[in-house]
Amino acid sequence: MKDAFGTPQTLLVLGGTSEIGLATARRLVARRARTVWLAGRPSPALDSAAAGLRGLGADVRTVPFDALDPSGHEELLGKVFAEGDVDMVLLAFGVLGDQAHDEARPLAAVRVAQTNYTGAVSSGLICAGALQAQGHGSLVVLSSVAGERARRANFIYGSSKAGLDTFAQGLGDALHGTGVHVMVVRPGSVRSRMTAGMVEAPLATTPDQVARAIEKGLRRRSETVWVPGALRVVMSALRHVPRPLFRRLPV
Amino acid sequence: MSVECAPATPAEHTTPTAPTTPAGRDDHLPVPVTGWGRTAPSAALLVRPRTPEEAVAAVRRCGGRGTIARGLGRAYGDAAQNAGGAVLDMTSLDRIRTIDAEDGVVVCDAGVSLHRLMEVLLPLGWFVPVTPGTRYVTVGGAVCADIHGKNHHVSGSFSRHVLSLTLLTADGEVRTVTPGTELFDATTGGMGLTGVVLSAALRLHPVQTSLMAVDTERAADLDDLMARLTTGDDRYRYSVAWIDLLARGAATGRAVLSRGEHAPLDALPARARRRPLEFRPRQLPSAPGLIPGGLLGRPSVSVFNELWYRRAPRARRGRLQSIPAFFHPLDGVPHWNRVYGRDGFVQYQFVVGHGQEEALREVVRRVARRGCPSFLAVLKRFGEGDPGWLSFPLRGWTLALDVPAGLPGLGTFLDGLDEVVADAGGRVYLAKDSRLRPELLTVMYPGLDRFRALRARLDPRGVFVSDLARRLSL
Repeated sequence: MKDAFGTPQTLLVLGGTSEIGLATARRLVARRARTVWLAGRPSPALDSAAAGLRGLGADVRTVPFDALDPSGHEELLGKVFAEGDVDMVLLAFGVLGDQAHDEARPLAAVRVAQTNYTGAVSSGLICAGALQAQGHGSLVVLSSVAGERARRANFIYGSSKAGLDTFAQGLGDALHGTGVHVMVVRPGSVRSRMTAGMVEAPLATTPDQVARAIEKGLRRRSETVWVPGALRVVMSALRHVPRPLFRRLPV
Repeated sequence: MSVECAPATPAEHTTPTAPTTPAGRDDHLPVPVTGWGRTAPSAALLVRPRTPEEAVAAVRRCGGRGTIARGLGRAYGDAAQNAGGAVLDMTSLDRIRTIDAEDGVVVCDAGVSLHRLMEVLLPLGWFVPVTPGTRYVTVGGAVCADIHGKNHHVSGSFSRHVLSLTLLTADGEVRTVTPGTELFDATTGGMGLTGVVLSAALRLHPVQTSLMAVDTERAADLDDLMARLTTGDDRYRYSVAWIDLLARGAATGRAVLSRGEHAPLDALPARARRRPLEFRPRQLPSAPGLIPGGLLGRPSVSVFNELWYRRAPRARRGRLQSIPAFFHPLDGVPHWNRVYGRDGFVQYQFVVGHGQEEALREVVRRVARRGCPSFLAVLKRFGEGDPGWLSFPLRGWTLALDVPAGLPGLGTFLDGLDEVVADAGGRVYLAKDSRLRPELLTVMYPGLDRFRALRARLDPRGVFVSDLARRLSL
């Protein structure tokens, strides 16, 4: 069960090697989380992520999970929930893709869309149903500011996150009053493996800062969390910039 | 003489949750439920049995996620929530069955509130044996949380005055349980996890009037306060101190003591003597539903605490106060829990034994240093501990404080206080808890192993379960 501050005792991370996912798991294990499920493609990285959390005192179990194989999601996630209540599901998987490369190879672009959007729709719905049946829990969905307004530089990734964001908002409304809390997290550019070597955008953040914002969002039962918080104001201004002008902005 | 009594009027503060459905209908949906602190909501089917038979049927029928009884929802945390299962709203089981006005014994359903008992019993010259800081708790809740009041140093906890109860257990049977038995001691303080209390027989306290004769004095700091409580408590039936936890430095722990007795008839002025047993609580309008969080920050609470302290007389004797003003000042504002906004609040109540005063000082120092915006923190000297296996009181000092749940870092801070309390052999109160680290529970409650063993025997399928029980593995 979550405590008065929304801190979970059992956590399921979809995308078990995600840096934000693991940073969040570390923070929560330092508080009340005792059982952590890491779902991801079996790999040495997943095993070492599990070992790292075990070192902090958590009971960690890994589950083979592939966002690109929605047909397997139901059985896989069903097994996790059959073991006991899950207080929080963190939907943390996603790929950035390579915009220039993917524009020329539509199949690669589709892969981005399928991972970030289709995979999340499938696993998100399954987790939402399971949480609703247990009558409590938080579903935390990692969206991105990139989904807020299309940018020339990353619209394939951005459109997949826009779809995910809209899906998660609607899911949150659908689950309102069922005891299940859905939180959409919109980080700006996060310094991580995903963005290594790229030019840093303004208001960049770190996995640890995102984790801290998630912990605060759980405490306040927020529905939308921007990281850093100033992005909320910046993006609401950018949203209203006319297209001809927006195209010329160096963002 | 025995008096048969009409059922209570349902005009009390029931909890502000969605409408309940009578037992027997299954076409309703789960609704979100929280405790009085309004934190950690979870959804459950709310079932409202109107007769003991309907309660039996509801328990027999409950699904895999079990059920828990709920009264007026005054437990601060998740004690009366059951995510994904059923919650039995007991407030329709509200008949006062018999009153023995000669010997002072009342038999009533578990859903009767202490408010209702006062309305009915005071005109007959009887008062409830123990009342907490609110009248809006049910008898069933009072038994299961084994509540205490300002008279604990004289009268002990609520269950000491229970002559017998009927308990609906997991097998669907209704048992009569009497003091001195294992099941009684597991049920009193057992947070509803041994079964559903259906009715109870209570021994009452005789009074001549419905007024209190109250002595008020100020204490300059914590040590002064403890000295005054230690030397003076035996002279009073009721005793409690309000502490200003925001005062720092030399004033750390400054307090207002308020102690009193039921006023004898001859203490009343002639006018009041004509109706000495009148009980007419007054109420202000409800707190509004939408209050922004953070209203009760440090500045506003500091000002409030300062005024509260200054307003109190340095020393005043024999002032006449009504029962609501003396015992239940917050009941005057319905839904006062809303003032903390949507983040809700946490009440932290712990007890440490005599000889562990240093732990109490340490907690007060930490709270003062951190500047927790806590208004109306309450210190009380407990008498002998009570027999319930999970009963809270221990002979010593208990401090209760409210803190807004939205305060950054509060979880870690309270965990630190838990360590101080546990190291001193103390414990926190389960009826108020919404955040305790589960590992500390066995340290704080040595009776827990027995409790778990009895529950495994009595309720092997886990029919009775609550969010509290899940969170702390009770």
